[in-house]
Amino acid sequence: MFRVVLWILLFALAMPAAMAGPVHQYRLDNGLKVIVKEDHRAPVVVSQVWYKVGSSYEHSGITGISHVLEHMMFQGTKKYPAGDFSRIIAENGGTENAFTSRDYTAYFQMLAKSRLPVSFRLEADRMRNLLLKKKEFEKEVRVVMEERRMRTDDNPEALTAERFDAVAYANSGYHIPVIGWMNDLQHLTVADLKAWYHRFYAPNNAILVVVGDVDPAHVYALAKRYFGPLKPSKIQPPKPRQEVEQKGIRRIVINVPAETPYVLMGYHVPVLRTAKDPQDAYALEVLSAILDAGDSARLARNLVRGSQVAASADAGYNLYARQDSLLMLDGVPATGHTADQLEQALREQIAELRDKPVSEAELERVKTQLVAEKTYHQDSQFYQGMQIGTVESVGLGLSVLDQYIPRIRSVTAKQVQAVARKYLVDNHLTVAVLKPLPMKDGHRPRPRPLGGEHVR
Amino acid sequence: MFADGIVTNRVGGWCRSWSAALLLLLPAVSWAMAPIQHWQTANGARVYFVPAPELPMVDVRVVFDAGSARDNGHPGLAHLTNALLDQGAGELTADQIADRLAGLGAQLSTGAMRDMAWVSLRTLSAPDRLDPAADLVAKVLTQPAFKKVAFDREQQRLIVAARQRDQQPSAVAEQAFYRDVYGEQPYGSPPGGTVDSLQGLNPEDARGFYLRYYVAHNATVAIVGALDTKQAHSLAERLVGKLPAGQAPDPLPKVRDLTHGKTQRVDFPASQTTILMGAPGVTRTDPDYFALYVGNYVLGGGGLVSRLNEQIREKRGLSYSVYSYFAPMARRGPFLLGLQTRNDKAGEALDLMKKVLDRYVKNGPTAKEVEAAKKNITGGFPLRVDTNAKIVEYLAMIGYYRLPLDYLKTFNRKVQAVTREQIHAAFQRRVHPDRMVTVIVGGRQ
Repeated sequence: MFRVVLWILLFALAMPAAMAGPVHQYRLDNGLKVIVKEDHRAPVVVSQVWYKVGSSYEHSGITGISHVLEHMMFQGTKKYPAGDFSRIIAENGGTENAFTSRDYTAYFQMLAKSRLPVSFRLEADRMRNLLLKKKEFEKEVRVVMEERRMRTDDNPEALTAERFDAVAYANSGYHIPVIGWMNDLQHLTVADLKAWYHRFYAPNNAILVVVGDVDPAHVYALAKRYFGPLKPSKIQPPKPRQEVEQKGIRRIVINVPAETPYVLMGYHVPVLRTAKDPQDAYALEVLSAILDAGDSARLARNLVRGSQVAASADAGYNLYARQDSLLMLDGVPATGHTADQLEQALREQIAELRDKPVSEAELERVKTQLVAEKTYHQDSQFYQGMQIGTVESVGLGLSVLDQYIPRIRSVTAKQVQAVARKYLVDNHLTVAVLKPLPMKDGHRPRPRPLGGEHVR
Repeated sequence: MFADGIVTNRVGGWCRSWSAALLLLLPAVSWAMAPIQHWQTANGARVYFVPAPELPMVDVRVVFDAGSARDNGHPGLAHLTNALLDQGAGELTADQIADRLAGLGAQLSTGAMRDMAWVSLRTLSAPDRLDPAADLVAKVLTQPAFKKVAFDREQQRLIVAARQRDQQPSAVAEQAFYRDVYGEQPYGSPPGGTVDSLQGLNPEDARGFYLRYYVAHNATVAIVGALDTKQAHSLAERLVGKLPAGQAPDPLPKVRDLTHGKTQRVDFPASQTTILMGAPGVTRTDPDYFALYVGNYVLGGGGLVSRLNEQIREKRGLSYSVYSYFAPMARRGPFLLGLQTRNDKAGEALDLMKKVLDRYVKNGPTAKEVEAAKKNITGGFPLRVDTNAKIVEYLAMIGYYRLPLDYLKTFNRKVQAVTREQIHAAFQRRVHPDRMVTVIVGGRQ
């Protein structure tokens, strides 16, 4: 009864903000943003709840807490005890999971369209009513430590990447690994988690994204029914923690048992959200594609097939990061070549971008690829939801998704060269090199063995 | 994905979701998907087509019985041959092929596993994109050059990739597992080859392999996209019409049963121990397949709600990822259970895994568990074919394994028909915990 009354009330207060195209945007009275994208190709729906919190919101001593909390979100509320969430979704034929990144934490279910209320009921409940019991926590944090061992400690390249970030970023939150440092995981407490949960898990710090064979007005009504009664919190936005300017090249060496060397490099660059001129960010996006959009891009052509100094090489740039980020390069040297040679070759590719404008033909080819990819991405409802949730959770707003193609098309060879000259300079470069120790008698530095005293 | 976009999932995604998505043919639904159209090209390639007019794009997957099971004592040969297809063809160099595809916005990929080798294309459907992209794929399929310079380079790259696998405990465990289960039989050959075996290959091996296996009678063409039937016919001819008819190879020899249990320990510098346990399982057309598939959901297939997950992860926090699956293949692919845990817990985790399996084989699932499994599998039906990318993979699989055209349509019915008793009987008949391979890779305590 109460719920129905409140539902009508909220209906009157909510503010639908219609958008062009099949994307509909609403905001509930309690601050929850609701975004619905219609895709009627299959009778399914993906529902995602995004929270504006991730490892870049964390600080020393509690690293990994956002991700541990993500695990704990499946460990029960009063209404749905531990295990119920996954069991109920499974019985409804759904697939569910969650992920944590630097900038956000997101939960999703994929279901036949008629089951959307099941997802809303469970997600709304755990948004405010998580129990966070000690017993479940002590077990789940051990699962996370196993995850860390599997993904990072026993994976030489991932370990290199983690240590690289810790050096490339001095004071930005991107210094912190998403999974958290082992020692911090060992000393995390339920009290820490409770504080983190109450600080960030509220409707006014969340975005509900629904993509699928649905009627937006119906989804909106459902959202009001299930999420509408939740109380908002006072949310303290994260402090800026803007990365200090790097004043000279940084390098680290990682010595672990491995079979192949590995080189990882990054130059500090702005992203769309932080760039003074957004065109700089789009030029960097194009620049990254010139290096690494498929087999015709420069790294494959020049380093893998041309000089054959690399067995593999990649470049990457995250246009939609929340904070200043890095233009990344990495690679594995080909047999008979050293990590130093590969590093030099990668840096020569950067120098070439600084020294010479890219040809019109090459620029056109790269743009054609980026534009075609946008069509391909529409094949996946999940991916469409990811894009919406990503740009919303970092505060860019949906309109950037519509601007992507015209912006990319407008990038000139001159602009690409200009951002290369401005940002891809040695003073802003960090290099990490994995130097393999023998696998047989290597003494891999191991995390301190976990004794009972750390968790109990 | 680059380091900058690292995302960690709650569930050990790759083990389970890879096995689920790639190896287990899951149900599809006719009401979400137009019926499958099937015909043969003039030279005898089998074509499977589903129109998908909503998006202006086309997905193609051309599959050959040319995976590592055909390596014939030269591990890595199938994979290397496949990787060389787009590294120079006809008068075009690798650079030219890559540039032309990029200029069209088209994406070409190649790959090989144990049974299949494939070439995939994703392109926009406008004729000025689709036609030239299809011509390039045809060239890659029918006129690969196998020039020495490309061969040497790709050989070296595969050697480096093999070294990279040698530093990953999961890859080391998998290779040891298949070797112990299949020995010298075809599925024992590691699909990526080994450093030593790759070094022994030469361009003539690759050319010979190509000439033998990349022929129309050994090809399946799967097409999904914004085309009508007539256009799909002409696309199929454009893609493979110039392949020689050739001959399909003889079926692989039958897989031998294990006669006794075997445990192998591999010392490895790691903080965790990776454990794989299993034996030959089922073929793609096995009469027990549905009972075992539904039954395995309860044991270790159903994500975080399986018995293995309950005992090893949810109750004790021993592992991030613990699972079991049947990988149905042309011949009996493995049934396998896996987990990884910190070194000092390896014994406890292995004991638990065995205990859960023993009890399950002995007593079977409960009626409630079977009900829940069926609800998930049948209820999740529409998700299996909700993208063109998924549909084209399923078409390729149906074609490759010669499953009936109504296979997807009848899948849910077959799942529904499975009973608790059938599952119990099938596990008793097919799963023998005392005759299994166990591979333990990690640091000793």
